[in-house]
Amino acid sequence: MTERILEFPEPALGSEPMLLNLGPQHPATHGVLRLICELDGETVLKVTPDIGFLHSSFEKLGEYRTWNQIVPLTDRMDYLAPLMYNCVYVMTVEKLMGLEVTERCKVVRVLCMEMDRIFSHLLWLGTTAIDVGAFTPFLYAFQERERIYDLHESYTGARITTSATRIGGMMADFPDGWTDSLRDFMKTLPKTLDEIESLLTTNAIHLGRTLDIGVISGEDALNCGFTGPNLRASGVDYDLRKDNPYYDYETYDFDVPIGENGDCYDRYLVRMEEMRQSLRILEQALDRLPDGPINVADPRVSLPSKTDCMNDMESMIHHFKLITEGIMVPAGDCYFAIEGSKGELGMYVVSDGGDKPVRWRIRPPSFVNLSVIAKLAEGHLVSDLIMINASLDIVLGEIDR
Amino acid sequence: MADEGGSAFDAVEQGPGASQDDAGTPRGGDGDPSSHPSVTALQSRFGATILHHEVQAGDQHVVFVDPARNREVLEWLKDDPEQRYDLLADVTAVDYGGGKPIQIVYQLWSVGHKRALRVKCELPLDDLTIHSVVELWKTANWLEREVYDLFGVDFGGHPDLRRILMPQNYAEGHPLRKDFPLRGRFSRAEQTRRALSQDYRDDYTTELLEVGGAPGLAPPEPDDLTEEAEDTP
Repeated sequence: MTERILEFPEPALGSEPMLLNLGPQHPATHGVLRLICELDGETVLKVTPDIGFLHSSFEKLGEYRTWNQIVPLTDRMDYLAPLMYNCVYVMTVEKLMGLEVTERCKVVRVLCMEMDRIFSHLLWLGTTAIDVGAFTPFLYAFQERERIYDLHESYTGARITTSATRIGGMMADFPDGWTDSLRDFMKTLPKTLDEIESLLTTNAIHLGRTLDIGVISGEDALNCGFTGPNLRASGVDYDLRKDNPYYDYETYDFDVPIGENGDCYDRYLVRMEEMRQSLRILEQALDRLPDGPINVADPRVSLPSKTDCMNDMESMIHHFKLITEGIMVPAGDCYFAIEGSKGELGMYVVSDGGDKPVRWRIRPPSFVNLSVIAKLAEGHLVSDLIMINASLDIVLGEIDR
Repeated sequence: MADEGGSAFDAVEQGPGASQDDAGTPRGGDGDPSSHPSVTALQSRFGATILHHEVQAGDQHVVFVDPARNREVLEWLKDDPEQRYDLLADVTAVDYGGGKPIQIVYQLWSVGHKRALRVKCELPLDDLTIHSVVELWKTANWLEREVYDLFGVDFGGHPDLRRILMPQNYAEGHPLRKDFPLRGRFSRAEQTRRALSQDYRDDYTTELLEVGGAPGLAPPEPDDLTEEAEDTP
C-alpha cells in the first residue's frame, strides 16, 4: 500500500500567486476593513482595500437635518476623537456665518481638541503595540484613555457620543472642578508615556517590526494626500496649527515633531512626541482659560434668556422661531480644516440661506491615508502589512462615513 | 420640499429636494482678484477658461474653470513654481438639484506658500464627464471614485473607476444626488431580496478573480450559469 503511494511523483509546487482575505472581521484591521491581498508565499504582491462596510451616509443624512442637529452625526464618525469632530463642524458653519465665538469658548474648544488628540493617539498606541505582540502598553494606554472617558462623561454626559458643541458656543460650560480633574490627568500621563516608551522605543522586537517598514518619501506622501503625523513622519513640516492657525494657536508655545525616514517607526515617534506637545498646549490653555460667557450673544444663533422669554413678547417669538425653524446660515460655501489627530480634518458646507445645508462634506483624513496602503505594503510580508495598517492610524467610522 | 400639510417623512421618500434659492447656483459677490496672487495669474494665463471668481466666507477664493480644461489648469497650478499647490486636500461634488449643474470642487493647498484655493467646475446633468487628475495627485484616486460612486460623475482617464463606499452591484443609482430618496429607490422588499441574494464574486474585481490558487473563486462555467438561471424562478 505504502509503496504504491510512493510511486506517484511528488507534485510540482505551484508558483502562482494566492489570494488572501484579511478581514472584514479581524482584530488587526482596526475596524470593519477588508484587505484583499495577492500573495507570493508570504510576500504581498498587491493589496486591494475594500471599504464601505460601515457606510451610514452621514453626508446624505445631514441634508435632512437643521444645522445644529448635525452635531450628533459628527462624533459618530470618529469615535476615537469625538470632540474634535464636534468642534470642526461648528467652526466651519461659524466661519460661513462670520460668527466670532467668545474668548472662553475658543480656549474651551482648544482644550477639548487637544485632549482628544491624546485620546486618539493613546488608542493608536495601544492597538499598534498589541499588533506587534506587546500587550502591556495596550493596558497602560487604555488605563489612561479610561480617564479621558471619565472627563468626557463628567463634561458632556457621554463617554463617546459627546455632541458637546453648538453653533456659537458649547452645550454647557465645564462643570465645577472639571479643570482640576484634567490637571490630575495631565500630571500622571507623562509618567505613563515614559513607561510605555521604555517598553517600546528601544525594544529590539518593536524596532525590528517597524524600522524601514512601509517607507514613503515626503514628496510621495504629499502627492498621495498624506496629512497629519503620517506626513510629518516623512519629513514634511505641515501642521495646520502652525501653517494656517485658528483659535490663536500661533500664541501657544509648542513644537511640531518631524520624522526623517517616513517608516512605521518614525510615525510612532512623531505620535509619541505629539502627545507630549498636546500636554504643553493643554497646560497653557488651562492657565489662560478666561472667565466670561461661553456662548456668543448673537441673535442669529443664541436663545434669549428664560426670564426675557417670560416677560417680553419679542424674546418669546425669537425663542420660538429659533427652536422651530432652526438657525439660518447665509448662502455660500466654506471649507475649513483643522489639524485633526489623524491628519487634515476638513469640513465643507454649502448653504442656500436656509435652515439645512445643501451639502455637508467631510474631508476624511483616514480615508485618504488608507488609500496609500497598497503602495506602502507592496513587497513587504503579510505580518508587515499588519504593522503598516496599524501605523496609519485609521478609523473606519470616518472612512466609510 | 414637502407641500403644505405634508408629513416631514415625505422628504425621506422623495429626496431632500432642490435648493430653494431661485437665483440659481448660489454665488458670492465677485471678489477682488488682486487679493489672491494665484487668481490674477490664472486670469492672465488662461483668459476665458477662468469663467468666474468669487470670495466666500470672508477670505476663501473660488475659481470657476471651464470643465473641458480642468486638467490643464490644475496641472499648471500644481507645477508652476509661483503656485505649487502640492496638496490636493479634497475632491468632492455638490448637487443643487432642480436640474442645475453639478459642481466638482477641488480644495488645493500649497505647503510652501501657505495658500489655499478652491477650484470648481460645473458639469451639466446631461454630460457628467470630466478629466481625472489622478496623474497629478494620487490622492484623487479614491476621492474621484467616491464622487463617481455617490454622484455618478465619470472621470475620464481614471485607472480604477469603481464604486467605493456602496457595494459594487448597487443598482439604485447615486445616493448623494438630490433626487435620490433617503431610503433608496427600491422598495424595502426588493432591497432585502437583493441583500440576501448577493454573490460573493461581486466583491472581487475581475483581475483578482483570475489570480490563481484561490479555490472557489473561479468564475462559473457557462453550464453552471444556465443551470442557475433555470433554478431561479
